[in-house]
Amino acid sequence: MPKAILYDSTLCIGCKACEGACAQRWGFPYDDKIAAEEKISAHKLTAVETHGDKFSRRLCMNCVEPACASVCPVGALEKTQLGPVVYDAAKCMGCRYCMQACPFQVPSYEWNQRLPKMRKCDMCYDRQSQGKMTACSEVCPMQATITGDRDALIAEARQRIAAKPDQYYQKIYGLKEVGGTSVLYLSAVPFEQIGLRTGVPQEPLPETTWRVLEMLPDIVSTGTVLLGGVWWITNRRAEVAKKEGRRK
Amino acid sequence: MMRKLPKITVWRVIFAVILLFGLYATYLRVFYGLGGSTNLSDKFPWGIWIAFDVMCGVGLAAGGFTLVATVHIFNIQKYKPVLRPAILTAFLGYTLVTVGLLYDLGRPDRLWHPLVMWNPHSVMFEVAWCVTLYSTVLFLEFIPVVCEKFGWQKPMEWVHRISVPLMILGVLLSTMHQSSLGTLFLIVPEKLYPLWYSPILPLLFFVSAIGVGLAMTIFESWHSSRAFGRALELPLLAGLARVLAVVMSVYLWIRFLDLAHRHAFGLLARNREETWLFLLEIALTAVPTVLLYQARIRMRPGALYACAVMVLFGFVANRLNVGITGLEAGSGTTYNPRWSEIAITLSIVATGFAIFRAIAHYFPVFEAPSHEIQAEESEEQEADPVSVG
Repeated sequence: MPKAILYDSTLCIGCKACEGACAQRWGFPYDDKIAAEEKISAHKLTAVETHGDKFSRRLCMNCVEPACASVCPVGALEKTQLGPVVYDAAKCMGCRYCMQACPFQVPSYEWNQRLPKMRKCDMCYDRQSQGKMTACSEVCPMQATITGDRDALIAEARQRIAAKPDQYYQKIYGLKEVGGTSVLYLSAVPFEQIGLRTGVPQEPLPETTWRVLEMLPDIVSTGTVLLGGVWWITNRRAEVAKKEGRRK
Repeated sequence: MMRKLPKITVWRVIFAVILLFGLYATYLRVFYGLGGSTNLSDKFPWGIWIAFDVMCGVGLAAGGFTLVATVHIFNIQKYKPVLRPAILTAFLGYTLVTVGLLYDLGRPDRLWHPLVMWNPHSVMFEVAWCVTLYSTVLFLEFIPVVCEKFGWQKPMEWVHRISVPLMILGVLLSTMHQSSLGTLFLIVPEKLYPLWYSPILPLLFFVSAIGVGLAMTIFESWHSSRAFGRALELPLLAGLARVLAVVMSVYLWIRFLDLAHRHAFGLLARNREETWLFLLEIALTAVPTVLLYQARIRMRPGALYACAVMVLFGFVANRLNVGITGLEAGSGTTYNPRWSEIAITLSIVATGFAIFRAIAHYFPVFEAPSHEIQAEESEEQEADPVSVG
């Protein structure tokens, strides 16, 4: 059963405990200055954003069909059975196509390193594979972030909306976006008001390039025959012309 | 050239200055990383090293496969005199693209990774393989020139034996990766401005690459005729120019249909940077296309050259629009290359010109083939008395 995260913006109090726990899990420094940075970066893989009196969290959406994993030329990114999209830094050659392809602009790069890596949240793959919840869920005092099976969390989210329809915007973000994500959002206001991208396609992005790539075998086989045929004909014509020319 | 000290000319001074800046930028790139040498950011991970050095570089090298297909597969022998410079341009082009990639990759030491670690779902993986294989093909296609210079018969015969499948392979590989550079951007439907994002980007990239390959051939013939004091193969180039006009017409027509079907023309009413850059790109493509339909323009060296240059600029504008401008708004940020990015790009281009010049000087790229080849040549000429005028 694939795992997911449900983040309920209406419960979040903006304490940033998730940020601290995340930094600790990755071994990144974390202080007041870093806490004040309201954006994710190579040293801060989740960030709590303030939107008026509302809060929101940014982290890798760990898409069900991730664009990043489909575009990576060396297969350094992989969607695991468990749910997280994991990254193998030993394979990465730093082309940054994952960053370009990500509809949520999540992957960050260690721009100032001589031997840089890409950085992104991997939904605590190591912890989750041991049956533990993510560091951010564990530390959240309001249970605004919880970990669980994706289906169960979707059911939970629907239940919350149904129980208090006046407190929730009537949709779950991450259900359909780019074919579904492993991070789901609930909010009191429309999602764009808490900084989420609502313009993303509803279909999985890997389809867009695969539609073309899957034609390659056809192009190669047809092309070979076509070009070979053209060459044979033009060459033959030249041979015939040569013979006839000599006869004259 | 080596007999006396090189004369100091304006171009040589410019060349030296560019290389000096390029060297310092290289130092910054190596010791301070991409952060210390580029204006790239998490929101804008690709800059001119991808959009110009790679995307334009590969496109401008398209003359290689276009002319190989024309001369050897379609057997239109009259274009043979411009074939070798086109292959040389292509080979140099791909070499320089690789150099550009070494600057751009975060881990250039892992350039070879896609050859070992596969992901067939990735367009970049396919491009990496095609470019590697095609560079090898171009190398083999250029070998006869080297053999001819040194009078080596064995390798020449060997290459000659596999030449037909080699050329077909080259054309196929080019078709694949020229279009795939467009496919790369299919993954960003919500980021790339709709004047450029189209499901047929691969087709548009392929057709425009054929056009720009022809324009590049005209461009380099004109320059080398001046540099080496050769007579310009004007009727030949005029012939290429006519094909160029047709190819670019097809391109513009597909572009028009695409925009019409996607109802994207309304966007032109907006007073945005994208609108103006789009119009510039189309103008730079459409004006030479119209002009080149007229024989008197094709037959005037200056006008022909100007048209070819316009096509080149139109092409570069298109690739920069797709790779940079069109992505800015959708990425929620702006990007302007840092001086060091420009310095390295200019150094790569300048080095390309210099190496081309040196090779064309020392190897029989333009000269009529020497006696050994002449035998083969005359045989081939006999083979097709109709097309050899």
